Formats: sequence, C-alpha cells, structure tokens
Amino acid sequence: MPEPKIKVRGLSKHFAVKSRRFTAIDNIDLDIRGGEFFCIVGPSGCGKTTLLRILAGLEQQDSGRFDIAAGEGADRGRSAAPQNSMVFQEQSIFPWMTVRDNVAFGLKARGIGKTERYAVADRFIDKVGLSGFASALPHQLSGGMKQRVSIARAFANDPEILLMDEPFAALDEQTKLILQVELLRIWEETRKSVLYVTHSIDEAIVLADRIMIMSARPGRIKEIIDVSAVFPRPRRVESVKSSAQYGELFGRVWSQLRDEVATAAASANEAGAQREGGGKS
Amino acid sequence: MTFGTLSTTDLVKDGDREPWRLTTRQIELGLSILSPIVLLAAWEFAARAGWIDLRFFPAPSQVFVEAAAMIRSGQLIEDVLISLQRIVIGFTIGAVPGVVIGLAMGLFGKVRAIIQPLVDATFPIPKIAILPLFILILGLGEESKYAIIATAVIYLVLLNTAAGVRNIDRIYLDVGRNYRAGKWMMFTDVALPGALPMIFAGLKLGMGVALLVIVSAEFVGARSGIGYLIWTSWQTFQVEQMYVGLMVSAVLGFATTALIDALERVLVPWKRH
Repeated sequence: MPEPKIKVRGLSKHFAVKSRRFTAIDNIDLDIRGGEFFCIVGPSGCGKTTLLRILAGLEQQDSGRFDIAAGEGADRGRSAAPQNSMVFQEQSIFPWMTVRDNVAFGLKARGIGKTERYAVADRFIDKVGLSGFASALPHQLSGGMKQRVSIARAFANDPEILLMDEPFAALDEQTKLILQVELLRIWEETRKSVLYVTHSIDEAIVLADRIMIMSARPGRIKEIIDVSAVFPRPRRVESVKSSAQYGELFGRVWSQLRDEVATAAASANEAGAQREGGGKS
Repeated sequence: MTFGTLSTTDLVKDGDREPWRLTTRQIELGLSILSPIVLLAAWEFAARAGWIDLRFFPAPSQVFVEAAAMIRSGQLIEDVLISLQRIVIGFTIGAVPGVVIGLAMGLFGKVRAIIQPLVDATFPIPKIAILPLFILILGLGEESKYAIIATAVIYLVLLNTAAGVRNIDRIYLDVGRNYRAGKWMMFTDVALPGALPMIFAGLKLGMGVALLVIVSAEFVGARSGIGYLIWTSWQTFQVEQMYVGLMVSAVLGFATTALIDALERVLVPWKRH
C-alpha cells in the first residue's frame, strides 16, 4: 500500500467554555490516500469542522500530529504548491474583489505575477462555468455562483489537499445537486485528495470514496464505510441516487449516525445555554 | 418583446398599463418635492398677510432678493469660498491621519493600547471649547480654523476606521491565513478594503461636524466666512442676510455630503447604496 497523503495520529483538541472543558475531537487516527475523496459526517457539534480547521492551520491541536505528504518534485519555496486550500461553509469570497481577483488570491499570496495568475484564474473560472463573469463583483452573483468562485479559488491554488467545510450547506436543493455534479467533474480532472465535511448523508454517498462517521462529542471515529466498492468512478449522480444500493448504503450510514444524533441532542439540552460558543460542529 | 414579433397581444398588454396612473415611487418623489415648496409658499403667504413678524421671519422672496444682491456684490461668493477652503483643508488635515492611525489601532493591539485611553479621555471635550486655546497658540488667522476642524474630524474618522478594521468578518481573515497571505497583503487586500465602508461612515460624520465647527468658529474668531456673515447680520440686525447665511450653510452641507457619497460609490462599489 502506498504512503497515505494525509496521516493523522492521535489528534485531540479541547475547548474551555465558561470554565467547563469540552473535548471537541478525541484521539483521531486517520489515513487518507492520494486522490481520495473522503467525507466526514457526524452530528452537530461533533468536531468535524474543528478537525478540518486544524488541518487548515487555522487552529492548533492540543495533542497529536498530522502530516500532509508533498507532491513529487515539490520545493518548499513561497511560490510552491501549498499544503491545503479550504472551501468555507459561509460566504467567504471577498466582496471587494472581482471574481478573477478572488480566484487568483492564493496565487497572489504565493507571489505569482499578475499575467500568470490571471491566466490560471481564468482557466478555473471557465472550469466552474463562470466564463464571462471574471470581472463581476460578488454582489452581482447568486449564492451558488459565489460558491463556484470559492471552489475555483481553492482548485486554482493547486494545493496538495482540498478541505471543504459543508460548501453547499446554504444552497437550495437543486443548486446543490448541480454543484455536486460539477464538483465531481472538476475533481475527476485533477484527482486531488479531498476532505469534505457534510451534514448530509445523501451528499456523502454521492461524492465520497469513503465516509467516516463521527460520534457525538467528544468527536471520535465511529466507523468508516467504503463507498467506492459499491459505486466505482467515474460516477453519475443520477444513477447513484436511483440505484438499489443507494438506499441500502443510506440505511447503513443512518443506523450508525442515528444514536449519535440523539446523544448530541440530549447533551445539547443538558448543556443548555452553556453550549454557546463551544466551537462549531 | 422584439420588434419583429410585435403582436396584438403585446398591444393589448400595453393598453392595460394605464399610463396616467403613477407608481408609488413617483408619488413619493412628487410629495418630497412638493413639501418644501408648500412650506415656502405658506410662509410667503403668511408674511404678506402680516400674520408673522417680518423682523424675525422675512418673506422667502425677500431672502432670495437679498441673496441675489449679495451674489452680485461678490460678498456671498467670497464668504462661501473662504469657509469651503477652511473646511477642505481642515478636513484633510484631520481625515488623513485619522485613517492612518485608525488602521494602525485596528491592526495592532499595542498601538490601540497606547492611543485608546488618550482618545477616550479627550473625546468628550466639546471641540469648539478648544478654540480659544488654538487662537492663543496659532493666532486669529487661518491656522486656528484648520486646527479646530482637523481636531473635530480626526476623532470620528479614527474611531470609525479602527472599528471598521476590528469588525471585519472573521471569515475573511481565516481565508487570508489559510491562503497564506503575507502581512502586507493582509493589509492591502483584506483589512483596508474590509474597513472602507466604516471609514466612509467616519468621513461623512466628520464632514458634518466640520461644518458645525467652522460656522461656530467663524462667529467669534473670524472676519470672513459663512459663520461671520450670520453673526454680523445679527449684530446689524439684517435678518434677510442671516437667512441667506443659513440657506447657504445648508447647501454647503448637502454638497459636501454628496461629494463624499460620490467618492464612496467609486471606491466602495461592492456596497449597495
């Protein structure tokens, strides 16, 4: 078996909320292969986002470590391919920049010249289907188009891995479906390793090679379900959803998740107002 | 609807529109234009009918006649220009450092720790109360006017700018960090544009206060300007002139605010107005 792309060992993180200590994630061990689409589902507050934010370098773990393998021939200079790029859940593209400048943001941070970074940005703007909107400002775009920009920004940065935190959660059902199809298409072209956090079992089955189910707080790995064995690539979202195996897989994931959601709801009631600010999902 | 496919149904639709019926927006606009005209007309009528004391409330027509005479003599233009010059120079002297210091306070905790208590301690002083001190230090010339306007403006711009930087949505800072933007790029591409809407709010407040302060300052320490015009017309009991002064300061306030609004539309195009 080849070296994993992401190696996580014993990762833990605690939060203190009003002098009460919460364990957000507890002793996570994880190997993610190169080119794998890996989904994490779990009840609200189970630490999915915390795990992603640690890998993104936006938060510091309390113990454990993780390692993201560099690609072949990668040097570690400023302009080199970055370790990771994140697609955020909420509206995260800069309202004061054009679509092109938003997509080129990571490249600019790496010190890549204007001509080159705009050429790359335009290529990815085309890829996400926003040709003709390169000079538009975000307020002229719909919610779905904004998330396309966010996805283009992450892919254009050419990272070792992509981290996606419920990128489609705020979108309506139909827009979500279209963007899932497009995300799969772009991903097939680039075959980056993707770590994708979602609330939606349906979304996880459609997108993932493997689904990891997290337990209610403290967040631990409850089970990892292999989807790629059931639905090989390249996948057509419609045929996945209309197949008999889809229902069976949905049942398997839900049976694992159901108890955790109940536990999470119970502890949320118990903690009451104290839960406020205890770190997002 | 294109020209080639114009059909009878289109014509019927056009007929349905009842062109004489006004939209709500048109009605509201009409009312907004009408209300000051009605007020002026009522005032004019009351003055001519002798219902109000003409010594305090001269007829609007008298005020306009006076204004025309003052424009012809060149006196009014001169007073407006000198006040405008004081405002522009004083405002610039206050606003530029206000933005710079405000940005520094928003970005660096240490700068904020040094500046914030000084601001908190001196902000409550009514700015016009410092005028005698400025006249003492700088004399009765233009410098004391610039100084008093700049002082009034800098607080509002500085506080709003600092708040603008500190209130930037956390998500934008996260994006900057995740995409490894350096310190300078964080400033030019994230903090500064993110704070611009609040900076403009500060500039608008500052402009309002600049007008307030310059008129008061010209009451006592000047031989020219709109404030001086208003004050001397009180002393010589030329009430029409006083009204002209009031009218002109309203126009000036309106014009300067419109100027900043225009600048904002150019520099902050992503903010819907």
